[in-house]
Amino acid sequence: MEMPAPDPAILSRKAHLAARLSKVLPADALIVDEAETRAYECDALTAYKCPPLLAVLPRNTQEVSDVLRICHEEGVPVVPRGSGTSLAGGALPTADSVILGVARMNEVLETDYENRIIRVQTGRTNLSVSGAVEEEDFFYAPDPSSQLACAIAGNIAMNSGGAHCLKYGVTTNNLMGVTMVMMDGTVVEIGGAHLDAGGLDLLGVICGSEGQLGVVTEATLRILRKPEGARPVLIGYDSNEIAGSCVSDIIKAGVLPVAIEFMDRPCIEACEAFAKAGYPMCEALLIIEVEGSDAEIDAQLAVIKEIAQSHNPVELREARDADEAGRIWLGRKSAFGAMGQINDYMCLDGTIPVSSLPYVLRRIGGLSQQFGLAVANVFHAGDGNMHPLILFDANKPGDLELCEEFGAEILKLCVEVGGCLTGEHGVGIEKRDLMLHQYSAEDLEAQLRVKDVFDPQWLLNPAKVFPLSVTENRRAPALAAE
Amino acid sequence: MMRPESEADLARMIAEAKGPLNIQGGGTRGMGVEGETLSLSALSGVELYEPGALTLVAKAGTPVAEIEELLAGENQRLAFEPADYRGLLGTDGTPTIGGVFASNISGPRRIQAGAARDFLLGVRFVDGAGQIVKNGGRVMKNVTGYDLVKLMSGAQGTLGVLSEVSFKVLPRAASMATVSVAELDLPGAVRVMSAALGSPFDVTGAAYDPDSMTSHIRVEGFAESVEYRCGELIKILGQHGTAERRDDTNDLWQGIRDVSAFHGRAGDVWRISVKPSDAVELAPRLGATALQFDWGGGLVWALMPEGRDLRIAMSGAGTGMEAIPGHATLIRASADTCARLGRFEPQPAPLEALNRGLRAQFDPRGILNAGLMG
Repeated sequence: MEMPAPDPAILSRKAHLAARLSKVLPADALIVDEAETRAYECDALTAYKCPPLLAVLPRNTQEVSDVLRICHEEGVPVVPRGSGTSLAGGALPTADSVILGVARMNEVLETDYENRIIRVQTGRTNLSVSGAVEEEDFFYAPDPSSQLACAIAGNIAMNSGGAHCLKYGVTTNNLMGVTMVMMDGTVVEIGGAHLDAGGLDLLGVICGSEGQLGVVTEATLRILRKPEGARPVLIGYDSNEIAGSCVSDIIKAGVLPVAIEFMDRPCIEACEAFAKAGYPMCEALLIIEVEGSDAEIDAQLAVIKEIAQSHNPVELREARDADEAGRIWLGRKSAFGAMGQINDYMCLDGTIPVSSLPYVLRRIGGLSQQFGLAVANVFHAGDGNMHPLILFDANKPGDLELCEEFGAEILKLCVEVGGCLTGEHGVGIEKRDLMLHQYSAEDLEAQLRVKDVFDPQWLLNPAKVFPLSVTENRRAPALAAE
Repeated sequence: MMRPESEADLARMIAEAKGPLNIQGGGTRGMGVEGETLSLSALSGVELYEPGALTLVAKAGTPVAEIEELLAGENQRLAFEPADYRGLLGTDGTPTIGGVFASNISGPRRIQAGAARDFLLGVRFVDGAGQIVKNGGRVMKNVTGYDLVKLMSGAQGTLGVLSEVSFKVLPRAASMATVSVAELDLPGAVRVMSAALGSPFDVTGAAYDPDSMTSHIRVEGFAESVEYRCGELIKILGQHGTAERRDDTNDLWQGIRDVSAFHGRAGDVWRISVKPSDAVELAPRLGATALQFDWGGGLVWALMPEGRDLRIAMSGAGTGMEAIPGHATLIRASADTCARLGRFEPQPAPLEALNRGLRAQFDPRGILNAGLMG
């Protein structure tokens, strides 16, 4: 992936910039030393690395505002960073940029059970938001698989999803308000504890804008009371087609499970070898989870089992207790670890219309042979969000490039069948150059105009989301003005 | 009146427009915008419906009734429960799906299922320069680029004219019942609704009618599940007042959705969004002729004497009382009052700058529903 060349004029002013920032930040919040800035050279897309010019770790909105105002005055690009778990390179710095990490802002500011909201600083991790309301049996619904580590700031930037969004929605559906700092240092409050913000839906466009419109420092999130219980069922089939029709029939029957996970044979085999969860060896495995009281769960599972049986499963296993439920989820939850054990892998994130599932899996199988790289599929089947994992060898010259090429073909396929390039990971740098496969130049221009309004100088995370060729004219004047 | 029959027509008409345009779906809300009427009524028809994928794509002028009928055939529905404003506004016309999404109209189920904007998956629209733009798609999870879908929902046509919408639908619940709790004053009602919404029983409606002093809590789902949850809710809510289960409450919820309590009554109609518990402090400040509460108290409908600026009462200005955060929208009033007070709440300066900036980018000539949102 190409990144813009650093601006030598900015590199030469490092000491000046550090001096200005040191006046508004405590000493331990400013990282200047090259050995230390290296800690911020990449996120979870580790194939790409570049230490930033400086890194800052502000503790509150005021410090964020001061940092951004100074960087704005100095014409220095800023790359916001949550916990650095982005799989798309969303927090990858350039050598002439300042990394603004929100990790130190992790306080709970307000919990309000009567109005079912929590207000937090956005450096707080996803799981610890739920943790803060657990004693009252509440939870925060979006649950990306990195939830132990990932920050709410990053969740908002990428509009993160998770396994349970079929019922509860993704970040944008659970975000009610933000305190955001604009690139020039202006602090804005959008939305809040009430449901509808006034004016245009700015919250809607900020969520998922990959840190390009502003730095969100505080967020008001919707919290929900935990269901009384949840129970999964595991169903194995002889073919992807049959599993696909089973999912479609369950949805048509009016049952809305909280999660429908789908694994194909290569994935089942890898997970089984790794986690020994006792999965049946078959072509396609579904894990379907429903919620409610015991009696409600029984009633929903009865409908699901009847539909599943009508498609002749090779296995249908219902969890009778928490231990069995844990075993059913064990393999799925260790899928990524299992793959990591076997090989280096790249995790894709395209979404397709659920009806295209069998066709897309067949085509991926064909591409796998063509590229000579193995691929395993894990899939949020209820909402069509695929996670093909392509295995490659990072030590073998050319293998990463081959893998990226294969990945691009899969994502183009997702678009071809009416889907999209990314369902929950974001574009970052990873899918930047594929954007013109999904959108026309005019469609992208409409998006760029939004950034023109929020960040006219194009200083916030400027080299992400859009193909560099498309944004060049907008980024160039910012540099030329130096 | 301009009445494009295709998206290309629409694009050409906007590009060639010489003056301001009054964008109209089914004309049920009569926004009273100046300019030549641009009606989307001929841009109609469902283009794709996949019940197994819970998705539907339709042209913007498609009547909501046509879509609801099609969905009912597959036991599905628009879960955000769009209101029908005709009774409240005393208008006729045919509500269209484009109008619903352009104004982000959601009913009682918004507290559980989400608003119209939460269900909108993709849009095609024509901006103020006549350029056709698409954003989003027809899949439920999509973070590819900026979410202009949300931006368009609730923009009231001021950023572009929707030509096609793609949205998520949900299964229709097999059964529904209401637990009604009587003899409640407003603070008691908000406590009841908060207790219900904070329970694990998946409440899909929580409203309060001060005239009958009754709060209504709705549950939906399989019959056995509804039975169970009603029983549990009666146990919890019975501590606050006389709680009883009611069946056949379709009309009750339709009335709450459409604010039927105000139909045919004189006065201005305001719609206020606040933190649910703030409804208690807000209500006595308003001097309203009548009030209705939905969304657990978070949605307040106020019937007010004509011409009075309710936002002043909300801000507490001149009374020494603190401002109540939230937003008040003027839904029904004379043209004079609308012009004087603004239908939509004025925004704080930095947000107003962003709103203006976006409108200038998407509608550089300022011809799309000019002045409607500021």
